[in-house]
Amino acid sequence: MSKELIRLVDCRMDFDGETVLDSINIYFNDSEFLTLLGPSGCGKTTTLRIIGGFLQPTSGDVLFDGVRINDVPPHKRRVNTVFQKYALFPHLNVFENIAFGLRIAKVPEAEIRERVAEMIGIVSLKGFEKRKPGQLSGGQQQRVAIARALVNRPKVLLLDEPLGALDLRLRKDMQNELKRIQQQLGITFIYVTHDQEEALAMSDTVVVMDRGRIQQIGTPEDIYNEPKNAFVADFIGESNILDGVMRADYVVEFFGRKFRCLDRGFAKDEPVDVVIRPEDVDIVPPDSGHLCGTVTSVTFKGVHYDTIVDFRGFKWLIQTTDLHQPGEYIGIKLTPNDIHVMKKSVYSGMFGDYSSYSAEYDEINDPDAVIGGEESPEEALNEE
Amino acid sequence: MKSRFLAGPYIAWMAIFTVVPLGMVVYFAFTDNSGAFTFANLTYAWEYWPVLLRSVWYAVAACLICLVVGYPVAYVIAQSTASVQRVLYLLVTLPMCMSFLLRTLAWVALLRDTGLINSFLGLFGIGPAPLIRNSGSVIMGMVYNYLPYMIMPLYTVIAKLDPRLIEAAQDLGCGSFQTFRRVVLPLSVPGIVSGITMVFVPAVSTFYISQKLGGTEDIMIGDIIERQFKGNLNQNLGAAMSLILMVLVFISIGLMNRFTDDEEVATI
Repeated sequence: MSKELIRLVDCRMDFDGETVLDSINIYFNDSEFLTLLGPSGCGKTTTLRIIGGFLQPTSGDVLFDGVRINDVPPHKRRVNTVFQKYALFPHLNVFENIAFGLRIAKVPEAEIRERVAEMIGIVSLKGFEKRKPGQLSGGQQQRVAIARALVNRPKVLLLDEPLGALDLRLRKDMQNELKRIQQQLGITFIYVTHDQEEALAMSDTVVVMDRGRIQQIGTPEDIYNEPKNAFVADFIGESNILDGVMRADYVVEFFGRKFRCLDRGFAKDEPVDVVIRPEDVDIVPPDSGHLCGTVTSVTFKGVHYDTIVDFRGFKWLIQTTDLHQPGEYIGIKLTPNDIHVMKKSVYSGMFGDYSSYSAEYDEINDPDAVIGGEESPEEALNEE
Repeated sequence: MKSRFLAGPYIAWMAIFTVVPLGMVVYFAFTDNSGAFTFANLTYAWEYWPVLLRSVWYAVAACLICLVVGYPVAYVIAQSTASVQRVLYLLVTLPMCMSFLLRTLAWVALLRDTGLINSFLGLFGIGPAPLIRNSGSVIMGMVYNYLPYMIMPLYTVIAKLDPRLIEAAQDLGCGSFQTFRRVVLPLSVPGIVSGITMVFVPAVSTFYISQKLGGTEDIMIGDIIERQFKGNLNQNLGAAMSLILMVLVFISIGLMNRFTDDEEVATI
C-alpha cells in the first residue's frame, strides 16, 4: 500500500499560554486525500500551518519521509499551500502567478511555458493567461491558486478551506474537480474544512478535530457510521443522542426499554451515549411502534421532511419522505443497526436533545422484553 | 444629494482661494505692468533655467534619499505590533508638530562653523568642517523636513499588505530577499509614488531651507520667486516663474503616475 510521508509526533502548540493543539499524533500517507475537519478554533488550520512550516510546534516533532523538519523554513519544504482566500499576487497576471514558483526555482523559460500551459489546461483556464486576479471570478481565482501550487510538483498540497468563499453550486463543481486533479496527479492532499459534507464527499481519510485534539480518524463511512463520541456524532450529520445503559453485549437500554444493538465489549450496566441518525428511524402507526410520540413541527427540506417528534419531553429529529402533520401521534421502529452505542466522553450531554428521561415509558410495555428480537445481531443484519 | 451639500463649503473655498488665484497667476504671467498682453515675462523667466534645473536636481536627490532612508523605517513600523506601531508612527510625525522655521534654524545652529558640531570637533583640533553653505546641507535640510511625508504613505501601503501574500511567496520558494523583491516591493509602488510626489512637490519649490543652509550658489527657484514678490516687486516675472514651476510639477506628477496606471496596484 501507500507509504507514510508526513508524521506529527506529540505536537503541541501554545499561543499566549493557551493550548491550541494538544499532543497531536497523526501520519499522512503518500497519494492520500486526507481532510482535517472541525469547527473553527479546533486547531485544524494550526496543524496545516505546522506542516507548511509557517508555525513551529511548541513541542513535538514534524517528520517528512522520516526526517525531522521542525526547523526547515517554508520555502525549503516540498509542500505547497492553497491559501484561504487564495492570496494571489495582485500585481501579476494569471500566467505569472502560476509561473511564480518556477521562476524562483530558476527553471528554464521554455520549461516554464510548457508546465504553466499544462497546468492552465488541467484547471481549465485557457484564454485567461493575461488577466489579473482582480479580473477573475472567485472560482477562477481558486483554480489559479491551485495551479500556482501544483505547478511546482509538490509532494504534498495543503488546502486551507479553499472552497469557503464560493457559492454552493460552484463548491460542488470544485469538489469534483479537486478530487479529479488529486487522482490524476497522485499527490497527497491535506485539506482543511469545517464543512462535513465536503469532507465526506472528497476524502480517503477524515480526521475530526475539536479543542486542539483529534477526536477520530477514519474513512468517511467509519466516521459517519461509527462515531467515537457525541461530538463526532453531532458534527458529522444530524444525530439524536440519548443517555443509555449497556445491559449486556448487544443489549442497550434507553427510555426504560431494552433494544438489541450491534455493540459489545462494554462493562455490564455501563452508562453510554446512544446515537440514532434521523434518516434511520421508521415511522409506523402508534400501535406497532417501539416508542410513540407527537409530531411538533415539520420543515420541508426538498428531499425529505425534517420532522420533530416529542417523546414526552424528549425531542427527536426524524427525516422522512412522508409528511406527518404537527399534532399527529405516531410510533417509531428501530432495528439493531439503527442504534449506535458510544462510550461516555467529555462531550456527553452537550449535543442532541437531552431533555430529562420520562419515566412514563416504563408503563408502556413489559420492561424486560428486548426490542429487536432475541436473535443475535448477525442474524438481524441478514434480515435487512 | 446630502453629501454634495456637505462638500459645498470646501468647493466654495477652493473656487475662491485656489481657482481664482490660479487664474490671477496666469493673468500676471502673460501681462506687463500696464496690463498689456506679453510673452516677455516667460522669456525672461527662462533665463533662470540653471536655477530651475538646480531646484529639480536638489528635489530629486532629496526624494531618493528620503525613499532609501524612509522605506526601511516604514517597513519596520508596519511589521511591529500595534502598540509599537503607534509609538513609532508618533515619533516619525512628531517633528512636524514643531515650526518648520525653528527646525531649519536649529540645523543652522548645529552645522555652522561656530555651531555645536564644529565646536565639539574643535576640542580635538579638527575643523571647522564645511558642514553648511553647500548643496549637501540644503539637501540634508530638505530630507530632514520632508522625510515624514515619504514615510507616511509608505507605511500605509506596507501595513495594508496581506500577510498571506508574503506567506504565499515563502511557500513558493522565496527566501526573505526574494519575497521582498518580488512581492513586497512591487506592491508598495503606490506608496513609493505618492511618497515621492509628496516630497518632490514641496522640495522643488522650497525657498527658506536654501537661504538658511545653502551658500550663494545654492539659491533655488523658490527663493527667486520670493525675491520677485518681496524685493524686486516684479509680480509679473514672479507669476511667470510660478507658472513654469507649476507646469513642471504637473509633468512630474503625470510621469510618476504612469508607474501606477496599472489599476490593480493603484486601488490597493
